[in-house]
Amino acid sequence: MAAVIDKPVDPMMPVPYVVKRVRRETHDTFTLEMVPFDGGPPLRFRPGQFNMLYLFGVGEVAISISGDPGDGARLVHTIRAVGMVTKGLERLRAGAVVGVRGPYGRPWPVDEQLGRDLVIVAGGIGLAPLRPAILHLLADRAAYGRIVLLYGTRSPADILYRRQLERWRARFDLDILVTVDRAAVDWRGSVGLVTTLLGRAPFVPEKTTALICGPEIMMRYTMAGLVERGVSEAAIHLSMERNMKCAIGLCGHCQFGPTFICKDGPVYSSPEIAGLLKQREV
Amino acid sequence: MSFVTIESIVASHPFFAGLSEESLRVITARSRQVELPADEIIFHEGEAADHFYLIRSGRVALEVHSPRRGRQTIQTIEGGEILGWSWLVPPYQWRFDARVIDPVEAIELDGRRLRELGEIDHDLGYELYRRFAILIGRRLESTRIQLMDLYGSSN
Ligand code: FES
Repeated sequence: MAAVIDKPVDPMMPVPYVVKRVRRETHDTFTLEMVPFDGGPPLRFRPGQFNMLYLFGVGEVAISISGDPGDGARLVHTIRAVGMVTKGLERLRAGAVVGVRGPYGRPWPVDEQLGRDLVIVAGGIGLAPLRPAILHLLADRAAYGRIVLLYGTRSPADILYRRQLERWRARFDLDILVTVDRAAVDWRGSVGLVTTLLGRAPFVPEKTTALICGPEIMMRYTMAGLVERGVSEAAIHLSMERNMKCAIGLCGHCQFGPTFICKDGPVYSSPEIAGLLKQREV
Repeated sequence: MSFVTIESIVASHPFFAGLSEESLRVITARSRQVELPADEIIFHEGEAADHFYLIRSGRVALEVHSPRRGRQTIQTIEGGEILGWSWLVPPYQWRFDARVIDPVEAIELDGRRLRELGEIDHDLGYELYRRFAILIGRRLESTRIQLMDLYGSSN
């Protein structure tokens, strides 16, 4: 216990942040932009890490950071409103105060990928935890080979960060393929599972690292599709989602097989958890 | 500019990899290159399915009409992919409408003739059924996952 008392900051104590802006993304997702209450710089994070957001009087929830790691002004989270806390966060307006603990978890291994091709595969709101990785790569674009973003979501109305995707699409150094599960005939883009995009995407499998985030079934099929195309399993990384409570490896709430997602993850390499993903209950 | 034959295009496509020269010659006989503008209907649901297509570039939507939702796109077929397998499976009728979304360059192949030849030449028939079984299996798998509605509710 002495070690805990020696720590300068209590890891369970949220730091107050003020909401600057709430931006609607889709019918059930929104983005919160916040700044520290004390006027200082926001916490620094690495792509793929998450924070615990505390809605005072309601509860706490783990949310991946979705902003630019190089943005020294704002802390950004994109959230799907599905439970009490996230629905409460959705109702906040500029000026509201939210408690923030973090950042936590193992980040995407972006710094180790110099010179390699990157294939980023996102499903649904899984694009949010990948966005900081994309922004990080683009900030030093020349250091990497091809960068390909494959994004699958439910319908055209469910596409996240639509304006940003359009801006990225206009770049010549980034390939973006988007597909939806279903669409009315006025949609002129692709329809089909995100894995079908793997066959259309330009990358060199032997020098490719893949980052995947989305529903577990989608990640499983994507992993298989990448391996079939020749990407090494060790070069495939994915981000797992579980309910978190302490976020510091104490409570066991986020246990996934022998690992705790809050501290061993949320990002894992495929060999670390491919076996666990195939089991029915872990 | 180099002269590219239909046979060489088909031979270099992964779908036809490993076929003998003779099989490739039979498969590409009576084939032709086609260019289809946006919104052209390639086939309609219920029509006799006599052809299939190797899409070289562009995008085709498979559409189905539902009284409640109107016309829906259930899948797109794009550059490098094969459009059409109903010519191989009774009752040899298209199951969906196929409409060009982005202008298409494709090779149209004579499915009905290949079906008939496969009845006589079982080696050729086997090669065709094996390849299309893999393609149909993959599309079924994708459709099943799409039906799971993995990404959550939308309304
Ligand atoms: S959330 Fe408590 S151990 Fe991970």
